[in-house]
Amino acid sequence: MRRGRRSLGVALAAAALPWLACVPSPEARGWECLAPANAGGGWDLTCRSVGQVLSELGLAHGLVRTTNLPGAGGGVAFARTVAQRNDDPSVLIAASPSTTLRLAQGQYGDLTVDDVRWVGALGTEYGILAVAADAPWRSLDDLLAAWRRDPTSLVVSGGSAVAGQDHMKVLLLADRAGIDPLRIRYVPFDGGGEAMTALLGGFVDVFSGEASEVEGQVAAGRLRVLVALAPERMDGPLSSVPTARESGIDVTWVTWRGFYVPAGISDIQYQAWVDILSQVGQSSAWERARVVNRLQPFLLVGPDFAEFVKQQVDDFREMSREIGLIE
Amino acid sequence: MDALSHLVGGFAVALQPLNLGLAFVGVLVGQLVGVLPGIGPINAIAILIPLIFATGLSPESALILLAGIYYGSQYGGSISAILLNVPGEASAVVTAIDGHAMTRAGRGGPALAIAAIASFVGGTLSVFGLVLLAPLLAEWAIGFGPAEYFALMVFAFSALSTLSGGSVARGLASTALGLWLATVGLDPHSAVPRYTFGQIQLLDGMDFVVVTIGLFAVSEVLQLLEEGGAGDAAALAYGRVRISLKDLRDSMAAMLRSAGLGFLVGVLPGAGSTIAAFLAYSTEKRVAGLSGRFGQGDIRGVAAPESANNAAATGAMIPMLTLGVPGSGTTAVMLGALLGLGVTPGPLLIEQEPDLFWGLAASMYVGNVFLLLLNLPLVGVFIRALSLPRWFLMPGVTALAFVSVYAVNGSAFDLALMTLFGVVGYAMRKLGFPLAPVVLGLVLGPLMEKNLRRALALSGGEWRVLFDSPIAIALWVLALASLAAPVAIRRITDLKASDAATDATSS
Repeated sequence: MRRGRRSLGVALAAAALPWLACVPSPEARGWECLAPANAGGGWDLTCRSVGQVLSELGLAHGLVRTTNLPGAGGGVAFARTVAQRNDDPSVLIAASPSTTLRLAQGQYGDLTVDDVRWVGALGTEYGILAVAADAPWRSLDDLLAAWRRDPTSLVVSGGSAVAGQDHMKVLLLADRAGIDPLRIRYVPFDGGGEAMTALLGGFVDVFSGEASEVEGQVAAGRLRVLVALAPERMDGPLSSVPTARESGIDVTWVTWRGFYVPAGISDIQYQAWVDILSQVGQSSAWERARVVNRLQPFLLVGPDFAEFVKQQVDDFREMSREIGLIE
Repeated sequence: MDALSHLVGGFAVALQPLNLGLAFVGVLVGQLVGVLPGIGPINAIAILIPLIFATGLSPESALILLAGIYYGSQYGGSISAILLNVPGEASAVVTAIDGHAMTRAGRGGPALAIAAIASFVGGTLSVFGLVLLAPLLAEWAIGFGPAEYFALMVFAFSALSTLSGGSVARGLASTALGLWLATVGLDPHSAVPRYTFGQIQLLDGMDFVVVTIGLFAVSEVLQLLEEGGAGDAAALAYGRVRISLKDLRDSMAAMLRSAGLGFLVGVLPGAGSTIAAFLAYSTEKRVAGLSGRFGQGDIRGVAAPESANNAAATGAMIPMLTLGVPGSGTTAVMLGALLGLGVTPGPLLIEQEPDLFWGLAASMYVGNVFLLLLNLPLVGVFIRALSLPRWFLMPGVTALAFVSVYAVNGSAFDLALMTLFGVVGYAMRKLGFPLAPVVLGLVLGPLMEKNLRRALALSGGEWRVLFDSPIAIALWVLALASLAAPVAIRRITDLKASDAATDATSS
């Protein structure tokens, strides 16, 4: 704790250096959106697109700054929020199931889902499984049949590490379909793009990812999306892809894009954030940004969202335990 | 000839006043951020993206601007590497070796000039590659699986021996240090922490910028502190500024070869311009053989990596545009911007968005011309930085180092780590250990490990998978050849020498 404070002191001293746009200056504090990853990733886009809508709608005074605070899969930003900005009412932190999954698996150290307050989610992507266009499997049922014959016969690629999001999608699906999830072979790549290239190159059989990642290849007729892990059919170019529920398997993977805020702010301040996000979520400016960012509609704010997040963490923890990924 | 007529159409797009201006702004901004270590093209592009959306630029104009920043930064990174031995970008680490040696020998001007010319050659030639071969190369890149990447990394490591300069043992020790540093952080496969001692700051491993600036910049300052006493305000002599025809003649072949090599490596997603620069350097060193003075300020040691890293930046556009797979962090951010503008990269992009693709290609010619015109006259200005007295320059470099490292993650821990690496770097210089292999071990190590583990996971633990494809086998042969070549060359020259000796005694 003490060391944390001292390094904060050094950090603030260094932050006084005025000539870098990316160094936060303590005075002239407007709203800030913390993206717990480098520029260009999902969290960064969440911050930048929502920040822009906030300014457009005149809800924020001036521009909303996006600060990238990468590290430990969002752990650095989470820890810093809890330790150093616990009562800061001017900061939003971008989150997604990648956050809840790591919380569930204890990857943020001792920190838990209750150490911050969950404000809301404004949109989502849905998980998909895809195969090469010339692959023999034409539906989820074909794929599951092959897995039932021999769970080790197919190799799945994904853009996250073992037990990360893309792996969990397959594990959940297999588990609910009565296939031993631990025998499914999964190979992690650096991001969905590389994982998809491995599928196109014929190095793996199945790609586990997000709908937006495959659109270009699907349009070119090189990939076939077998299943969408969505509650109902998606909007947009992949609307013809059946859901897992249509095959009788109740699995969804909701890659929501949302925010948490520090736990130490007052209830009034929390409610203010909830109101702001729900205004954003219902605006036509956000509607446009959502479509541009390839997100599906998904608006959940306030206590309902907090409940949803906690439930998700519990589910992930139980799933991880069940398949032996954590104790 | 189809490509040619498309390209003419592309020039019609690129030469519109707005796009011309954007290409100029792009390369200028890129060059500026490239000079500063820690602030790279990624940051500049990420900051500009909301602006681009807000101003409603067309996708081709936006891409022209962003691409300009990207390849502009490849050149900018070499300026601080050559003058101050502080590589501005990862891809300029090898440039620093001979570039800074040239500066110390009073040839900083020609070094900067050849960096600009080599960037131009690499950039321009690779645009030809982009225009003529893009669809073909995208298919080639798809054929690169984990086993092929692993073989490529082994080839790169076999080339490391050329960087050690003097003692091979010391070079290996430096490489080992870099590889060990690469293992710090979350295991890339299963996300298990290694060597982190419970420190959350270490979970992501050693940041390349932190290590590089510590090893190069901070240790350089420490060394200069030791050399120059308090009263010594004398600056480095910068010698003649203009490049001679002979320098150009000497390095032309190296630039051409490196452009081709760099372009091919750039096309591979995940390999990137650092590996391109580094393979080009070691290839040229081998080609030069005993005639080279690599490591001591050979102009080809600047020309090769600079030509290669610019060519690689162009090459990296191919997988991004035609596969939707970013080849580097910077192209990943550009991909995000394109998606936001409603362009879906993929195999159909060239047909669906001809203005975008051909406009970009044409603007890259134009941008490279801008870079050359901008920089040749500026060499004389940059070089005067060296005439600043040391009591002014060294604190400046130190401040630059601290600000750059803090800018990466906003972490005070990184500043402490950088200082530590400064001391390590200083000790290594004193003991004669080369610094570049540490950085390359750090960059290449994770790629090598990930791809080996992926290859084995795909094959179910069968090692044969590593030698299964023609591409992999070719790379293994290259790796072996590059290890054997120096020995063979020495043998042959020894034989010749002893022949000469026998001739001398017998006559």
